[in-house]
Amino acid sequence: MTILNSKIPEGPLSEKWTRYKENVKLVSPANRKKLDIIVIGTGISGAAAASALGELGYNVKVFCYQDSPRRAHSVAAQGGINAAKNYKNDGDSVYRLFYDMIKGGDYRSREANVYRAAEVSNQVIDHFTALGVPFARDYGGTLDTRSFGGVQVSRTFYAKGQTGQQCLLGCYSSLNRQIKKGTVTMFPRREMLDLVVIEGRARGIITRNLITGEIERHSAHAVVLATGGYGTIYYLSTLAVNSNPSAAWKAYKRGALFANPSFIQIHPTCVPQLNDYQSKLTLMSESLRNDGRMWVPKTKGDTRNPNEIPEEERDYFLERRYPAYGNLVPRDVGSRAVKERCDAGYGVGKTGLAVYLDFRDAIKKQGKKAIEDKYGNLFELYKTITGKDPYEEPMMIYPAGHYTMGGLWVDYELMTTIPGLYAIGECNFSDHGANRLGASSLMQAAGDGYFILPNTISNYLADQIKTPRIPVNLPEFEESERSSIERLEKLLAVNGRETASSFHKRLGKIMWDYVGMVRNEEGLTKALSQIRELREEFWKNLKVPGSINGLNQELEKAGRVADFLELAELLVIDALNRKESCGAHFREEYQTPDGEPLRNDKEYAYVAAWEYTGHGNPPVLHKEELKFEVVEMKERSYK
Amino acid sequence: MKLTLKIWRQKDSKSKGRFETYHMENVSPEMSFLEMLDALNKRLVEEGGDPVAFDHDCREGICGSCGIYINGHPHGPVPGITTCHLSMRYFNDGETLWVEPWRAKPFPVIKDLIVDRSAFDKIQIAGGFISVDTGSAPEANSIPVRKQNADMAFDAAICIGCGACVAACKNASAMLFVSAKISQFALIPQGRIEAKERVRAMVEKMDELGFGNCSNTGACEAECPKKIKISNIARLNREYYKAY
Ligand SMILES: Cc1cc2nc3c(=O)[nH]c(=O)nc-3n(C[C@H](O)[C@H](O)[C@H](O)COP(=O)(O)OP(=O)(O)OC[C@H]3O[C@@H](n4cnc5c(N)ncnc54)[C@H](O)[C@@H]3O)c2cc1C
Ligand code: SF4
Ligand code: FES
Repeated sequence: MTILNSKIPEGPLSEKWTRYKENVKLVSPANRKKLDIIVIGTGISGAAAASALGELGYNVKVFCYQDSPRRAHSVAAQGGINAAKNYKNDGDSVYRLFYDMIKGGDYRSREANVYRAAEVSNQVIDHFTALGVPFARDYGGTLDTRSFGGVQVSRTFYAKGQTGQQCLLGCYSSLNRQIKKGTVTMFPRREMLDLVVIEGRARGIITRNLITGEIERHSAHAVVLATGGYGTIYYLSTLAVNSNPSAAWKAYKRGALFANPSFIQIHPTCVPQLNDYQSKLTLMSESLRNDGRMWVPKTKGDTRNPNEIPEEERDYFLERRYPAYGNLVPRDVGSRAVKERCDAGYGVGKTGLAVYLDFRDAIKKQGKKAIEDKYGNLFELYKTITGKDPYEEPMMIYPAGHYTMGGLWVDYELMTTIPGLYAIGECNFSDHGANRLGASSLMQAAGDGYFILPNTISNYLADQIKTPRIPVNLPEFEESERSSIERLEKLLAVNGRETASSFHKRLGKIMWDYVGMVRNEEGLTKALSQIRELREEFWKNLKVPGSINGLNQELEKAGRVADFLELAELLVIDALNRKESCGAHFREEYQTPDGEPLRNDKEYAYVAAWEYTGHGNPPVLHKEELKFEVVEMKERSYK
Repeated sequence: MKLTLKIWRQKDSKSKGRFETYHMENVSPEMSFLEMLDALNKRLVEEGGDPVAFDHDCREGICGSCGIYINGHPHGPVPGITTCHLSMRYFNDGETLWVEPWRAKPFPVIKDLIVDRSAFDKIQIAGGFISVDTGSAPEANSIPVRKQNADMAFDAAICIGCGACVAACKNASAMLFVSAKISQFALIPQGRIEAKERVRAMVEKMDELGFGNCSNTGACEAECPKKIKISNIARLNREYYKAY
């Protein structure tokens, strides 16, 4: 049985990372060249890691399924990236950023990791600025910041509504520099199909060339997963539509533990679903809540034009329920409040599944130009999608699946339970507990990739310098390749009548209805049996045209949906196990009389890490107890 | 609404392609163009046919994956948006749509509507970066940047690398794309240090890959979904002359 050792260094919280770095084993520059590292993913975490490892002189291979690394899902992040610079002189510090993340995560994350993420945040901003990322600036030439949901300081750096794009392109540029130098080799349009484990260590991967269909073997001394989140389990979400959990899921099935799978953040402000064919829900950045006010009419079913509804007939429900934070409450709190109003019949729009986000007062106070400077492109985006102009009438918004706090379990070194396999960025579970604070994911992804992993991986690789390059003709490679091909053939052989997307959509509905913003035992139990039925149907009635050879997008989709159908079950099992409400995980049975989540620290202050025990067997739960040495666990109040 | 689609079908890079006709009923004006293609593909798969291959990912106009030539325009007839943002409300009942891949020699067709844009990555690899190792950056505010310059750098930096500018240009020139990166870095002090090496390397690579010259017709600017300005090309030219 796997034993969880989180390897948290000794010493006071604020000195752990420094001490760790002082004592970590190093690899000499001459030896680095002899060590191969595979990085899967070119989002902010993967591209950052690959470039930093390349700079150190390791021999790096990077993979992504898009046609170019620049298109990884990180490109879509909008609002900003946090750092504890305290440029605004408003009392910010590394400690306060750490504290906000621990509190925001509802006390379900590991203190030492979170502190370190906050600690390296300033280096991340320095590095991006040096790479030429065009962050917003003030007239004196210094960097500007804004405040972002769930905190009281202004620490979010931004590049209009394209912060993710600009940070990702920064990472892409540093990656390109290494590709030019020859330290990094890029493999785009490749999908990782399996992880190769030899004598208990991660030693390589099997990929499919998405153009030729060729199945390829790649070996390395260490493998880094930077494969992003699985919010697309709801089918409709704010993620890029091809985002998927398959790489992490394959690692799970090869022995890596999967932590807190049911912790998924639902983002309160997204463009509501307009029609049945819709393939994605577009996020309207949280930054909008700095100036936008959320409201619904005080009367049920009020169909008047919102501009005609007078002030006293509007219910600014966030300001009413949470006077201290108002419209800036964290995402989980905001999402549930929106759902509560809509379920109670006060929702607006054609479906009643929407609330207003209104800029009228901000435009009046600051002028249209100031609002345009801050949110111009978001307003345009909204208009492009809906045909409505938010300068003239309030936006309509509704929550959507957005970010997965859960992911592969990693220790302080970001290593999974398989030696030599690392997980960074959104695909690990480490820093956001049960709810992520806005603008802290880009920060974590970049911190993991540029500053943390390159230090921790040497602790492992130092013992590998005597291991020669791993040959790809070992039996383990043969076995992984064979089972990958068999699986593709199995998908093709079903030859039923329903498309992979159609199954995905049906799964999404089950997940959204029973494993979304609000969960309860009855619904979860129902979801479990429905997922199992759907999975059976999938393997009986799936239709995939074409063959393994050549470009076959339906086959790609089918493989991912098959994994979603397995992960979905683990998600429900995790949600059933956690008999408390915390962060994004709201169990109806556990709430205060006024509808706020009720945590149970005595029994559930742990990370739930699940172990795969073979096809058809129930997963085994391992608990990592969370010890809070610095922060006191408190009720998370935003009132 | 009802539509007739004339879609370019090509099995792989070696085969010859041709237009196939598809009739679509019940197209909702609320669909995006790609969602309309999803619906077509669903039907094709269910009928045992071969779905139309096209690139896409974010579906919100930022990743640059999508890119289809529709009725003679890259990303369709509506200016300032990507194909994934093109709403079907812009088309009329009964219309015929011609749907093609980008056509440019440096972007060979891979299948149907998918082309190989790796030439763009090669240009970026040649010089689209600032040489700074992780860990060696100075404190972020130690180098102030004039706000106007930072804003202009941003306006250039939002290029999504979709390739519509090349597809729009009769010379298949990549000048708008290259000028966007050159401008972003030319406008800020961090990028000035290796400005000469950068512009030389990127232009040389662009020429080597077979992209054509700019003859100033402005088709790229008109079709760019991110409204990258052609004045960036003037800056690229200035930077290039200064580099020799
Ligand atoms: C709309 C939106 C807005 C957001 N805004 C913000 C924000 O303002 N601030 C913030 O901090 N966070 C934000 N986030 C969250 C943040 O963008 C992500 O958490 C973060 O970018 C994840 O980066 P990553 O490097 O972990 O993975 P990703 O960027 O998701 O990259 C995953 C990579 O893995 C590759 N990959 C995956 N599976 C495979 C496989 N099997 N084989 C080969 N390659 C594979 C993909 O090709 C891709 O390159 C936002 C998220 C969304 C959805
Ligand atoms: S300049 Fe415009 S058209 Fe050309 S690649 Fe960039 S975004 Fe696309
Ligand atoms: S799919 Fe990303 S820009 Fe269109």
